[in-house]
Amino acid sequence: MTLRSFLRHEAVLGFLLIVVLFLLAQQSDKFFTTANILNQGRLMAEVGLIALPMTFVIITGGIDLSVGSILGLCAILLGVFWHNLGLPLPVAMVLAIVVGGIAGLINGLIITRFKVPPLIATLATLALYRGLAEGISQARSVRGYPDWFFVLGQGEVLGVPTQLWILVIFAIIAAAILGLTTFGRATYAVGANETAARFSGINVDRTKLLIYTGAGLISGLAAVIFVSRVSTTRSDMGTGVELDVITAVVLGGTSIFGGRGTIIGTVVGLILVQALKNGLALSGVKGDGTIVVIGLVLILAILATNLFSRNGDG
Amino acid sequence: MSLDIAAPRRSASTGVFARTIGTYGQEFIILAAIVALFIVVGFIAPRFVSQTNLTSIFSGNAYIAVAAIGMSMVIISGHIDVSVGSLIGVLATIAGTLAVNGYPIWIAWCAPIVVGMVITSLIGALVAYVRIPSIVVTLGMLSILKGGLISLTGGAWITNLPPDFLIAQFRLFGVPSPVWFMLGLTIVAAMFMRYTAFGRSIYAIGGNPEAARVAGIRVERSTVAIFAIHGFFAGIAAILFATQLQVIQSTVPAGLELTVITASVVGGVSILGGTGTVVGSTLAAILFAAIGSSLIFLNVSAYWLRSVQGLLILATVLADMARRRGVK
Repeated sequence: MTLRSFLRHEAVLGFLLIVVLFLLAQQSDKFFTTANILNQGRLMAEVGLIALPMTFVIITGGIDLSVGSILGLCAILLGVFWHNLGLPLPVAMVLAIVVGGIAGLINGLIITRFKVPPLIATLATLALYRGLAEGISQARSVRGYPDWFFVLGQGEVLGVPTQLWILVIFAIIAAAILGLTTFGRATYAVGANETAARFSGINVDRTKLLIYTGAGLISGLAAVIFVSRVSTTRSDMGTGVELDVITAVVLGGTSIFGGRGTIIGTVVGLILVQALKNGLALSGVKGDGTIVVIGLVLILAILATNLFSRNGDG
Repeated sequence: MSLDIAAPRRSASTGVFARTIGTYGQEFIILAAIVALFIVVGFIAPRFVSQTNLTSIFSGNAYIAVAAIGMSMVIISGHIDVSVGSLIGVLATIAGTLAVNGYPIWIAWCAPIVVGMVITSLIGALVAYVRIPSIVVTLGMLSILKGGLISLTGGAWITNLPPDFLIAQFRLFGVPSPVWFMLGLTIVAAMFMRYTAFGRSIYAIGGNPEAARVAGIRVERSTVAIFAIHGFFAGIAAILFATQLQVIQSTVPAGLELTVITASVVGGVSILGGTGTVVGSTLAAILFAAIGSSLIFLNVSAYWLRSVQGLLILATVLADMARRRGVK
């Protein structure tokens, strides 16, 4: 990736963001209020958190379709651990996140040990994890969490939603890992050319295993935040989250073919998606109408980058 | 990655019988599983093999088998379509809307096929010419179709369907028409895949696109055609789905794309492209339908069905990968 092509994509994205924000501000005077912006930050935290490890996953040339199902499974288990097994809530929270990590580890093992393509491996676990969530919950939801638990999803710290702090902290950590560490360099190397990476002494399988496990852990964390935000657990939680996450990552300039991408790009892509959703909602488009736009944006974003890269550095 | 197609496995076996097993191994395993399931569950709960239940298993799920035929071709050519569930929902709604608004029945039957082929050709063009991975195109298409359908119709029920329109309720020799569609289309598609040049080219493209190109196959054009054929089967599946009850809910059947993909993958269509048959995918669709039905008769909550689906895909894929290693 040359500096020029990098600047070109970031510039296009930045320009797009400004245009979208401008248009949306024109549509509704409620858009540029502090309350609305902070609320949007609250709403995008779960997708945003999962988008961070997904950036790593896609940079390695993989994909993880099971994140939404992991979120649903962890949410259900949080309720089961706390309500049905009577564990203290903090323990239940940690266990739910650990289960997310195990689910991610299983994805990673299927992909690295058995060489199953990530697409089909995570499509299978998408069904499996969602099925476990449905089977365990039997369509029953768990409510009645103690007040302190809602700080995570509904509370504020220094006037900013708690989960937005968490997202910012994790985004900085993710950016540092990807940009500054050998692990980050290995991630790019695996995606750019797996065989070359193997020959240059990178432990490709371990790198992938860690990344998919990370995606599971973060999906578990997102589940805990989700439950805290909506005050209940349901087995259909997080259905279709993978679409929002992948859209944000791809829109942020991460190549679906692997080898390039940045956390900053993902964050910009995330803001763009959320701004679009919010703006459409404010101008009266219902929830189902917005997913049409998200789908269009996903296809158009890749269309644009493909046309660019064909003219440019390839 | 996908260089090792079925050829070496087949040449290893000698006799006609052994060769048949080698080629159709997966199909025999699934057939055996279906027979075993019917015997065991039928023994525990005799009503499982009653005519009513058999009709509901075979006729009620024929549309999944039909959709899985097209999906198998797509996967064999090395691509995937995760939007097929939404597509069938949209096409069924189109058919029903036309039928209740007084359009001739044949238009209500043909429209979903034509629209289906147009949409999937567009997907194919984006995949083949613009080189966007099929998973991304169809993930986007999934939300466009699903969101578009629900925001236009609000998920309303379409009622008062004209009786002539309900083709899935017709019977021939006492057998419901969906079963005939399933059998007929499977046989035609299997012959097409095996004996026509275009059918063989689907395997070639999936096995190694570059080699296929060198061998003179127009990979881009064929890919669009494969997706168009997939749209044709999705259109027929949508008609069978739309006409099996007296009403159509204009929404997307939950998880339908996964069920269709499961049928293809479990039926022996290799996820790496290049191998598989549509006979297998039809058998797998029946197997999965029978499993779903048997859960009810064995008093297992239907909420577990989705995990069974996931495990089935995983088991098949892992077995496939293990077998490939064995061949190497």
